Amino acid sequence: MSALEATGTPEFLTDDDVPDSRRGPAARRDFVAFGFWLFLLSDVVIFATLFAGYAVLSGQTAGGPAGVQLFDRGKVLLETACLLTSTLTCGLCALSCVQRSTAATYVWGAVTFLLGTSFIALELTEFARLIAQGAGPTRSAFLSAFFALVGTHGLHVTLGLGWLLVMMAQVATLGFRPMIIRRFLCFSLFWHTLDIVWIGVFTIVYLGAR
Amino acid sequence: MLGKLTWAAIPYDQPIPMAAALLVVLGIAGTLALVTAKGWWPYIWREWITSVDHKRIGVMYLLLGLAMLVRGFIDAIMMRSQLAIAAGGAQGYLPPEHYDQIFSAHGTIMIFFVAMPFVIGLMNVVLPLQLGIRDVAFPVLNSVSLWLTAAGVLLVNLSLVVGEFARTGWLAYPPLSELAYSPGVGVDYYLWALQISGVGTLLTGINFTTTILKLRAPGMGYGQMPIFCWTALASSLLIVAAFPILTATFAMLLLDRYLGFHFFTNDLGGNAMMYVNLIWAWGHPEVYILILPAFGVFSEVIATFSGKALFGYRSMVIATLAICVLSFMVWLHHFFTMGAGADVNSFFGIMTMIIAVPTGVKVFNWLFTLYGGRIRFNVPIYWALGFMVTFVIGGMTGVLMAVPPADFVLHNSLFLVAHFHNVIIGGVLFGAFAGYNYWFPKAFGFTLDERLGKAVFWCWFIGFYLAFMPLYALGLMGATRRMQHYADTGWQPLMLVALAGALVILAGLVLTIVQLVVSIRTRERRRDLTGDPWDGRTLEWSTSSPPPPWNFARLPQVQGIDAYWQVKRGGKGPTAESTESGYEAISVPRPSATGFVTAFFAVIMGFALIWHIWWMAVAGLAGIVSTALVHAWRVDGEIEIPVETLAAVERARPEAGATT
Repeated sequence: MSALEATGTPEFLTDDDVPDSRRGPAARRDFVAFGFWLFLLSDVVIFATLFAGYAVLSGQTAGGPAGVQLFDRGKVLLETACLLTSTLTCGLCALSCVQRSTAATYVWGAVTFLLGTSFIALELTEFARLIAQGAGPTRSAFLSAFFALVGTHGLHVTLGLGWLLVMMAQVATLGFRPMIIRRFLCFSLFWHTLDIVWIGVFTIVYLGAR
Repeated sequence: MLGKLTWAAIPYDQPIPMAAALLVVLGIAGTLALVTAKGWWPYIWREWITSVDHKRIGVMYLLLGLAMLVRGFIDAIMMRSQLAIAAGGAQGYLPPEHYDQIFSAHGTIMIFFVAMPFVIGLMNVVLPLQLGIRDVAFPVLNSVSLWLTAAGVLLVNLSLVVGEFARTGWLAYPPLSELAYSPGVGVDYYLWALQISGVGTLLTGINFTTTILKLRAPGMGYGQMPIFCWTALASSLLIVAAFPILTATFAMLLLDRYLGFHFFTNDLGGNAMMYVNLIWAWGHPEVYILILPAFGVFSEVIATFSGKALFGYRSMVIATLAICVLSFMVWLHHFFTMGAGADVNSFFGIMTMIIAVPTGVKVFNWLFTLYGGRIRFNVPIYWALGFMVTFVIGGMTGVLMAVPPADFVLHNSLFLVAHFHNVIIGGVLFGAFAGYNYWFPKAFGFTLDERLGKAVFWCWFIGFYLAFMPLYALGLMGATRRMQHYADTGWQPLMLVALAGALVILAGLVLTIVQLVVSIRTRERRRDLTGDPWDGRTLEWSTSSPPPPWNFARLPQVQGIDAYWQVKRGGKGPTAESTESGYEAISVPRPSATGFVTAFFAVIMGFALIWHIWWMAVAGLAGIVSTALVHAWRVDGEIEIPVETLAAVERARPEAGATT
């Protein structure tokens, strides 16, 4: 036992003059959320790379169709509405989870799942229509970049739907223990991030189509 | 059923890979037989493979790096000996298609599977100890990172026997790496091995950033963190920001190769130059991911062995973070010759010269730390001094090439090859060796042999200069990189000198292993019972060697920079009585097989994707998902260490910290 070790009384830590950064290790819920933020940032960098690729290649239609001839903005608006509404319901779901209200968690979780599924269904219909028109990803560099960017977002939403199902099962089997609530909040962050990315996709890809 | 995989994938007709493979297979079989015969499996499984202890994980990273250093070095010596003989009309003993695989594998292995594991391994062993905490933020994730890196290693080495490796150079530029020009599985091995290990590296970056920013001992604000922690933070931030670019870029190339997309193809609007830009937007930060922790090691080593506080702590921190930011603004200097135009080239040339400024600040800080110090010449300081000389030369040749007109002459020449070996060997590798000799006693409780350690240093140091100074000259004479033979016999004498240098380095590599074996055999004589063999300054030296699984029975309370040094010099010696009331029970994470099992399925999935065995890829993916689900339902992830155990362990420890 040396002078280095903290003695029993934590006066050092309760003193208001001591800045947060010197108060010792953070609580688990804080650093888990922080770590997940970092993960989301790295995910955003993946999207940033795909956006950069899209920006470089969006004019490279190689004689094939351009975005403005292909995209059905009405349907995309409907897609957007589904996803943005699901962010609201996902927030309500996370709040219900924090309040440990089982019924509300399930209901809002189910609504979020349905809205997310509708989004994916609409997106897949659009992809199928494009491919049927001969405007698949192999047609031109523009379409490659389009399918990769929008498809990666769709893949994220699909993974999020799987994660949501798992969270529902976790609540059902393990109840609202701190571990589950932490994960639920991480899921909620993930879902909101996908929304922000989608706003970028909607603006740059669909509204910006030339 | 088995996709593209047939018996023809095994190169029976090529004696070199077959002999190498036979040797590796015999080595692995021998090790497995020994472990089985001795009954060590339960121990290895319980204490190592499923361990989530950051110190164990760090040691495994370092072992992985050392094994791959041997592999990468064998590639190097094959290239050097080929070029020593393939002059004039001679073709040497390596046909072009084999030589191309060797230089591609050499670069890939040395950066991703030697330098990265060394750096990440040292950070693993040291970070939580220096921060005065019990583990990293996410211990199980840490194990996942390790095993995903190992999965990448396995796939790269599998390519030696089953199929082939990429012939595209270590960054696989398209259009050469596109399906049209590389139809084999070589590029696929490269891509999937790096995608899988890249996920592991990204998770490490997230884990360490969280650990450093959120988990420090009470009293340790940012301004009290040891410099190694600062450099590790900068490196981890760069991993979080840069590795996703690599993942996305490789994903685009994979889409081109597997699904007929046109990101980088020559036809239908693809743009190969975009790949080169994107890959270096990751690649330049990557070199700082490697070198910054090495700078941290040297800072610790130089301060400790000079017996002085580091000169200019604040300027060191600022320089580290300046490099961290600037490293994202210089990528284009890797391809001035692409033709971006004079204005763009000038911008990146000037940025490249600017990034040398904070590096220069660091060098002066180290010099001023040494100045007036009472320097103890142990092995780590040898590496630090050798580094300062060597790295400055490498840095200056770098600034030279930052001048775009000069770069047009030197681009793709052996001058460039000499430059980046100068900074990577002289910086990262010397740093890894310094850190290895410095922290080995902390990890294992006994020191490494000093005499052999110095011999290792001199072999690497002299060998480096012999091997690479001729390459600078050859580059200026016009020799290009990646050539399998050359017509001008005037180059041959210098090529022979370079081969001699490689042989001296080989002696250094052999001596490294001898040093380890000799030190283990004589460990009883070289036990360090104090936990502080070097009269260290930072918190890792305040606990026992090796530290208990929980590192610190009670979290240390930090008062300033060099927390342990202050306690030692403050005259507040250890008190004799050790009451049990002073402890609180600690929870430590339970061992977990999640990392190992995930990586097992990742190897299956990667192998299946390389060979287009779709059912097996789906099975591998299902295995990964199932493993994650099983882990998600684990509720008893921690074991409680009772107060009595803590007190007993602390009592059994010889008192340290009394040294003056």
